[in-house]
Amino acid sequence: MLETFLFFLFAIVAVVGALGMLIARNPVSSALWMIMTLFSIACLYITLNAEFIGVIQVLVYAGAIMVLFLFVIMLLNLESMPSLGDLDWRKVVAFALGIAVLAQLLVVISLKLDVMPEPVAIAEAADATSATNIGIALLTEHSFSLEIIGVLLLAATVGAVMLAKKRFV
Amino acid sequence: MLTDFVPLFLMIAMALGLAMSLLKLAEWLGPKRPRAIKASAYESGMDPVGTARDRYSVKFYLVGMIFIVFDVEIVFMYPWAVSFRHFLANGGGLGSLAVISVFVVILLVGLLYDIKKGGLDWD
Repeated sequence: MLETFLFFLFAIVAVVGALGMLIARNPVSSALWMIMTLFSIACLYITLNAEFIGVIQVLVYAGAIMVLFLFVIMLLNLESMPSLGDLDWRKVVAFALGIAVLAQLLVVISLKLDVMPEPVAIAEAADATSATNIGIALLTEHSFSLEIIGVLLLAATVGAVMLAKKRFV
Repeated sequence: MLTDFVPLFLMIAMALGLAMSLLKLAEWLGPKRPRAIKASAYESGMDPVGTARDRYSVKFYLVGMIFIVFDVEIVFMYPWAVSFRHFLANGGGLGSLAVISVFVVILLVGLLYDIKKGGLDWD
């Protein structure tokens, strides 16, 4: 009962946020609407017992990815915004139909190949994806991969500094 | 399970409700007698000239990129923080601390490089 209520609540908030993002005239307002959508999707993950994914959704998408979005908004010159009237509706309908046909094809093919994942009991799935169990796996059997990720992030830092500070080298 | 998160949802709802109701109340209760000068961008200052979309410094890019890298680092430190009590209870607390310390030290090298290159200097 509570789950159904929360699902519809956050689903409606997510759709409202997505519509607001599309309709807003100011690109920064669009970005703020998108944060609302990302937050409600994080809440949806939590109602699905995937609390780790939910937290990561807020941390990475609502935090880091939004910074990138705002960055691109600052970089691009967005003075001439296309209006809703300029939209070619035939293209929109064709795009939606194409997506629908592709989804049907993928479902049919995956059913035929029998690669659809088996549903797991909620308690089992929630246990396997809890932050504690992810942490245990990350720090024991995957500790080497963790250090490799550290080196990758180090390379990203150095690359960003190199790109920006080239003339001072 | 889901009922564990009801306090979280309540907190989000209260924070949102408080922020939005305070904003709406201020808009609703506050007196508004706009005039041309009052509505200008800088009431007793200089009128803005030209467009705000100008070339801007590469410093913003550097800070943004460094923020993203360290944000992703947090993603890997969060499971460690949550599972640390499990490691303490079952042994291996020091081992997990060592693993995450190596991880942090590797990223610290990046931060030191950034500071040495003057990437965080703001002038």
